[in-house]
Formats: sequence, C-alpha cells, structure tokens
Amino acid sequence: MIAVLVDAFSVGGLYALTALGIGLIFSVMRLANFAHAEFVTVPAYALFVLSGHPVIMAIASSVLIAVMLALATERIAFRPLRGIDPATMLIASFAVSMFLQRLLVFAFDSRIKPVDPLAVLAGSVRLFGAQINLLKLTTMVTCLVLLVALTVFLKYTRFGLEMRAAAEDFTMSRLLGVRANRVIATAFVLSALLAAVVAVLFSAQTGFVHPRFGLQIVIIAFVATVIGGLGNLVGAAVGGFLVGVVSTLLQSFLPPDLRPFREAFLFFIVILVLLFRPQGLFPARGLKERI
Amino acid sequence: MTRQDTSANETTWQLMSWERLERLVPLLILVAVVAGIMLLASQFGIVQQRRVTLGFISLISVVGLYVFMGNSGVLNFSSVGFMAIGAYVSALLTMRPQVKATFLRDLPDWLAAAQFDPITGALAGGAAAALVALVVGLPIMRLSGIGAGIATLSILIIFYIVLGNWTGVTGGQRSLMGLPTYVTIWNAGLAAIGAIVLAFVYQESRSCLALRASREDEVAARSAGVRVVRERLTAFVLGAFICGIAGVFYGHFLGTLRVENFYLDPTFLYITMLVVGGMRSLTGAVVGVIVISTLAELLRLLEIGGRLPALDVTLKAPAGLGDVVLAALMLGIILFRPQGITGGREITLRGMRG
Repeated sequence: MIAVLVDAFSVGGLYALTALGIGLIFSVMRLANFAHAEFVTVPAYALFVLSGHPVIMAIASSVLIAVMLALATERIAFRPLRGIDPATMLIASFAVSMFLQRLLVFAFDSRIKPVDPLAVLAGSVRLFGAQINLLKLTTMVTCLVLLVALTVFLKYTRFGLEMRAAAEDFTMSRLLGVRANRVIATAFVLSALLAAVVAVLFSAQTGFVHPRFGLQIVIIAFVATVIGGLGNLVGAAVGGFLVGVVSTLLQSFLPPDLRPFREAFLFFIVILVLLFRPQGLFPARGLKERI
Repeated sequence: MTRQDTSANETTWQLMSWERLERLVPLLILVAVVAGIMLLASQFGIVQQRRVTLGFISLISVVGLYVFMGNSGVLNFSSVGFMAIGAYVSALLTMRPQVKATFLRDLPDWLAAAQFDPITGALAGGAAAALVALVVGLPIMRLSGIGAGIATLSILIIFYIVLGNWTGVTGGQRSLMGLPTYVTIWNAGLAAIGAIVLAFVYQESRSCLALRASREDEVAARSAGVRVVRERLTAFVLGAFICGIAGVFYGHFLGTLRVENFYLDPTFLYITMLVVGGMRSLTGAVVGVIVISTLAELLRLLEIGGRLPALDVTLKAPAGLGDVVLAALMLGIILFRPQGITGGREITLRGMRG
C-alpha cells in the first residue's frame, strides 16, 4: 500500500513540476506552451551526450542547456507574438515543439537512447515495513522541496512579487513599473529549470530518451494544468498530483482488460472538467475574459 | 469582365444574377486548379501519380479541417481522429472475409462475413465519422480558445488510445493489412473536387454566415440571435464527414492501416497546411495544401539526391532535413504572416477578395 502511494506521489510530483512549468508561462503571457515538451527532451538528450562524464557536470550542463533553449525560444518565437490571441500562440508553440523535435530526430535519429543519470539511487530502502525504491523516494522529496522553494520565491522575493502581479493583470503591472521582458524571461528560466529537473528524474526512471520523450509527460501535464485551472499555479501543482495519483490508482485497480485504456479515461475526465468547470477546479483570478 | 461595360438600362435582376455568378468565381477557379493538376499529373508515371494522389487526400482532409476551424475560428486538433474512424469503418466493411478471418478473429459474425462495395464503405466511413462528431461535438462546442484546443486534443488522444488497444476490431498496435486498394488519381481528385464544392456551398449558406459572425465576435453574434453552439456543431459534423472520407481514401490508398498514421504528425501537417495557406478562406486551405505538398516533395527529392540537369552539380541533403525545414517554415509563416499566404481572402478574377 505504501509502495503504491510512493509510486503515485512520485509520478504525481513529476506531473506537478511539469504542470507548474507550463502554468508559470501561461500565467504571465497567456501562452499554453506546447514546446515545454522539448524543454524536457533536450536536457535529457544532453544527459545522453554527456553520459560518460561526471554526473554533476552532466546535470549542471543539461540545466544550463534547458535555460538557454527556453530563453532562445522566447526571444525568437514568442516575443514577436506577444499579445496575439491565445489560440494562435498555441499553434505557434506547437510549431516550435515540432521544429525542435524534428531537429532532434535529424541530429540523433529517432531510435531510443539509453541514459542513466542517477545510477547511485538504484537500490531500495525499508520504510514503514515496505520496500521503497530509492529513486522514487528521491523523486518525491525533490518535487516537494522544489514546490516549497518555488512558493518561497514567488511569495518573498521581488521577482516573485512581479510575477504574481503580472499574472494578475499584465498591463496594470507594467504601468506600475514591472518590466515585461524581464518578468517573462524569468518565467521562462524558472520553467526551464523545472523542466530540466523533470528531465533528470524522469530519464532516471525510464532509463532511455527518444525524440518524443518530453511529449508524453507534457501532454498529461497539460491536462493537469487545465484541471487545476489555467493560470493558477497552486491549481497546476494540485492538478499534477491529482492526475498522477489518479492514473497510478487506475493502473493498480482497474480490471486488466481495461488497463490499456487508462489514459483514455484520464482524457475523458479532462473533457468533463472542461465542460463543467471551464476555468478549471481552482479558477485563476483575472483570467475571466472581459467584453 | 467588370461591371463597367454594363448598359444603363440593365435590370436589377440581371445585376443580381451576375453578382450571384460572381460569387461562384472562387469555386470555379479552385475546381479548375484541382482538375488541372489532376489532368497534368495523369500524364506522368505511376510514382508521380501516387504522390499527387496523396496530395489530393491531404486536400480532402484539410478542407474538412477548414470547414470547422476556418469558419468558426475555434481550434480543432481532432480532425485526424475522424479520419481514423472513416478509415477503419470502411476497412472493416470492404475487406474480404478471408482476410478479416486472418487478422481479426473476434469480429461479430455479421461483420466478419460482410463485404460491401467501396462506395457503400466510403459513405459509411464518412457517416460514422459524422455521427461520432455529432455525439462528441454536442457538449464541447460550447468551448472556445484554449479550452477547445485542449478538449479536441483530448479527443484525438482518446481515439488514438481506443483504436490502438481495441485489438479485436482494429488489430490494435499491429497493422491492419489487406484493404482493397482502389484509390487512383482520378477518384481521389474527384473526391477532392467534391469536398471543395461541399465546403463552398456550406460556406455560402446562411448557417455558415452566422458561424462566421460568431468567429469575428462571439458575444455580438450571440446578442444578434446567432445560436453559436448549433452553428458550430453543423460545421463540426460536416467537417468530420469530409475528414472521414479523407481517411477512407487514405486507408484504401495505402492498403494498410496503423493507428500511428492517425496521430500527432499528420495533425501537425494538416494544421500547418491550413495555417500556411490562411485558415480563414477555402482558397487558403487549397493554396496551403499545394504549397506545402510541393515543398515537401521537393525536399524529399533533395534528400534522395538529384542532379541539376543544366549544371553539373549533384545536390544531396541529409535525411530528415525536410521535416526540419517544413516545421521552420510553419513557424516563420506564423511569425511574419499570421493570416497565412492568402490572408484569409478568396481568389477572384480581380485578384483577392476580402
């Protein structure tokens, strides 16, 4: 039972971090960033390329690469589109995502590549009378620590204050002296940091990367942000955990015949949430469209 | 050709009939272009013909996508899912019973024994897609913007998961082989023309005008008495029907069905075509398909490597570059010309019309 719970929360934690990465960008610039998938995939490939080198160095450089990638996409693709309607921006991010994905296929071909950044954590420990995989435990703890750190950052630093103000009302916050470029760049950097952490943890769990590596987790994290309420960071985190827990529970307790359809149920729930609570379970303030 | 040379005593009725005819000009031009491509391509070898046939199938699908997304302005990622429904329904109805017995053992008896002619199969495929669209569209047509994008993406994923795991009926992750391959450049071209005519007639209808009004300003249209959900649903069902037909042709063109062929890659391709051409006009849909198909074909030839006949140079691009360039092009168009090549206007004799 405890093993199932740890499972559920480590999966949920990864989804929560990814959902937060998407939510951060959405809340400041109303961009549902599909290219977040590549913010996860690219650092995972960096881990693959640097797999011979010391682990710390590999991880550090993959984080660096993720940040640089995020800043570059923001500058080249999303800055010119700022203020355009969200649907067009969604298509644009779809295009960025496909472009990067195909660049990866072009550079590395589409076969899966082995990675194992956290081989140290292969063992397991006994905890409350259950065998707990060390990696999953680490994942869970890392996610919790990052969530707390992010909360502190948003609540108690100047950048965090500016970001929250921008999320509330972008135009008004600019009038009051928040620099648009800086606050958006901060959002992208944070988002990339989260993505890189997800890349390290998730690739350690799966043991391989391929060009669609980030996409599978980002599609589900999208679901989480929508369920939690687009533009609401707490909602995104809760939604991520919720989706992870629900999907693990479905996996464990669904009759075997229906197990392959697990994710279909998940997406069915998404549609239901969208229909009955179009703004998500925890609607963000200031998101309501004004006429 | 303009109205300047009309005499002063012309009756209003004549004026109206000319205007009525003038409205048909975009349709006539588009049909002529497609027919021209069809006739031209039929002069070439079978390999080139197959490439053009594939282009026509994309054209049907993009027109289907346009019918809803272009006229309503609501994001739709699910059109390829309706292609899949059309393809599988037609496959199950037209495959020979012996073939079905080999690949699909768990079919109900009546279906396992049945074999219909291609036309019945195709219409049934389109109708099935339309029916499913009616059921799923009914609730989700209330959504717009990002919500609609996520909901239709969810629908695509659900279709993909269900078709990919419903092994008894679709063959699941394995390919479904042995579809009769009756698709030629002629019937695909005619179907593409049919799709264009259907989309055009719909677009000139009262229902679509109301839908376009809601695209420009949903709240204003609502207050003027437009029933937005109903008009959107009409377009969604019609679009799904056309996409279903496109799926039928796709399946019977390849002879093999894999669920992977109906997922994110083609979705991206068709949306690219529509957005690059300009998603607010039928001309845009057609232009987008022609431009992207031609470019993709050129890049593919470049990957194979070709000698320029005049110069003594052999061009050879590394494999996979074509996809990268295509995605970059899509991004460039969105950045620099968000309304697409046609800017959302229809083609007329005098150039482009707003």
